[in-house]
Amino acid sequence: MGGGEGMAQANNPEPGRDGWTGWTPDPPPDLRDEPPERLLEYYRQMQVIRHFEERAAQAYTQGRIGGFLHLANGEEALAVGGLAALEPEDDLITHYRDHGVALARGSDPGRVMAELFGRADGVSGGRGGSMHLADAGRRFWGGHAIVGIHLPIAAGLALAHQYRKEPRVVLCIFGDGATNTGAFHEALNLAATWELPVIFLCQNNLYGMGTAIERAMRVTELHRRGAAYGIPSARINGMRLLEVRAAVASAARWAREGKGPVFLEALTYRYRGHSMADPELYRTKEELKAWRAWDPIQLFAQELLEAGVVTPEALRRADQEAEQVVEAAIAFAEQSPEPDPATLHHGVYRAPLAAALPAGGGNGVGAHLP
Amino acid sequence: MELTYREAVRRALMEEMERDERVFIMGEDVGAYGGSYAVTKGLLARFGPERVRDTPISEAAIAGAGIGAALGGLRPVVEIMSINFILPAADQLINGAAKIHYMFNGQFHVPLVVRTVNGGRRLAATHSQNLEVLFAFIPGLKVVTPASPADAYGLLKAAIRDPDPVLFVESALLYSMKGPVPDDPDFLVPLGQSLVRREGRDLTLVAHSRGVVVALEAAERLAAQGVEAEVVDLRTLRPLDMGPVLASVRKTGRVVIVGDDWQSYGVGAEIAARLAEEAFEALRGPVLRVGGAEVPMPYAANLERLALPQVDGVIRRAARLLEGDGAWLVR
Repeated sequence: MGGGEGMAQANNPEPGRDGWTGWTPDPPPDLRDEPPERLLEYYRQMQVIRHFEERAAQAYTQGRIGGFLHLANGEEALAVGGLAALEPEDDLITHYRDHGVALARGSDPGRVMAELFGRADGVSGGRGGSMHLADAGRRFWGGHAIVGIHLPIAAGLALAHQYRKEPRVVLCIFGDGATNTGAFHEALNLAATWELPVIFLCQNNLYGMGTAIERAMRVTELHRRGAAYGIPSARINGMRLLEVRAAVASAARWAREGKGPVFLEALTYRYRGHSMADPELYRTKEELKAWRAWDPIQLFAQELLEAGVVTPEALRRADQEAEQVVEAAIAFAEQSPEPDPATLHHGVYRAPLAAALPAGGGNGVGAHLP
Repeated sequence: MELTYREAVRRALMEEMERDERVFIMGEDVGAYGGSYAVTKGLLARFGPERVRDTPISEAAIAGAGIGAALGGLRPVVEIMSINFILPAADQLINGAAKIHYMFNGQFHVPLVVRTVNGGRRLAATHSQNLEVLFAFIPGLKVVTPASPADAYGLLKAAIRDPDPVLFVESALLYSMKGPVPDDPDFLVPLGQSLVRREGRDLTLVAHSRGVVVALEAAERLAAQGVEAEVVDLRTLRPLDMGPVLASVRKTGRVVIVGDDWQSYGVGAEIAARLAEEAFEALRGPVLRVGGAEVPMPYAANLERLALPQVDGVIRRAARLLEGDGAWLVR
């Protein structure tokens, strides 16, 4: 594991220059300074995500979930810690490995599971599936499944805040693979040039699908790429929830003050393959085992117990609650109907086409007019 | 009032920016430079750098930022300097803007206008394309191709007020064309309405963008020889309004489709298919097309002329429909 502090320093060769080097991530707080209920809630949320994805994997192998299913087991601290640093009026946009992020943002687990099942009650009405979750009420703008496509969109969401002079920020989550797309470079350059309030949070799990980062780029300390655009950057430990929360919170503070974007590289690891279809020929069992020793949930539980801020009993209760939440989500998804076939053409456009055409045509739904 | 096509676009932009504070412009050299085709000239001085934003040469970021700003409640009007430069932004428009409303089940929408320009002369293969049909293929996008100052004005205003992503394709070769424009800041031309630009009983010419000008000129020349051609301007490629096309062809029974785009899989191919499906019984001859030669555009003036649809080509096809060999028309 790389540590956060050393890297942040290395990325800070000329303090003060151009105003971009004044930022470093806050260190994680002392556990004993946090309300125990809050810590327990973080633990519970991570367990909900873990159980949710394990049950989704089961449902996938049973053929009840179709297409691709990209799981993020091992990356729960990043979702829960990152989202804990946001305000409700801030924006969230992410990539296709999005279940944990949706749940951490507060989306209803039943509706998220229903989306995976392709049902009418899914968060995207069954039209998006696992890769395209969204929740407008929580300013969660999706679930984007073309690698890198949402980074420029994040810059635009931030531009809207800047334009209206609102102190809101955008959290944009993506993987290490996205940092080699043109959209990444274009988005970082634009956000830096216009000082847009975006936190670019790179979930570096060391593989773009099955290609290890050292086989895809020379600069594998991805945070160093921020410097090329004049964006303050840091590498953090993505397996430690409070380190993620502190880093994202301090980045958000910086962006909220109008100082521009921050680029965070959070080191993490996914225990499962890229998707359920992945035979995992590209990595060793030893590597996987080593990373499991850093399991963010076990790590967090251990820290809580050692600090004496929660009891083993409280953790067990949280585990049970998490299981209940996920079982209820499965039950909800199973009973939810398939989308109404009559809605196939609905909503290709927002505007009712009929209003534009006296002769009628499509009721705002179809691509072509009858 | 009488305006050029360029002035009509500029006037629409200014009026919409004055009407609605959420409307702003961003693109390459739209501010200090005044726009590559001088469309946005003077807007920076009038509205300031927050609302007339020069961007880096970064089409994916420009389009994507437009999508994001639209999601965030603004009304961005993005300029892509030329449709030839839009391909880096195609991912944003096709995989992004076009999908968002449907795929997320209508939770949010993308009121984005992307203004760009097709056509061009003596600019060779990479700068002379008519790529609007690539985007007209995509459900979820709207594609508008005005061919007159009044339509440029009214369609752009409608596009800016529309809640969906609109690709607004101006024609470089029409910017200096003059025409009457209603002196009414709320004059809107609804998206998705074709228009009969000239009435006629003998033959239908269907066209879009600069093709409309070619078709109108051909109609003039045909009229001098006693042939009354009806010209239908599609105006919007998606959603496509076939109503006036079908009505006209049912009247004339003969049709030639005119466009600068390549014929294979092009706008004319779609119109021909729709006519075959919906008006087959009315046709008195084959559906004919006039389009660009299927080559990357050559630079040399003589080759370029050969590669572009010309009025003579329209007349020849009209003659073929009207008279078999049509020799009397082309003398």
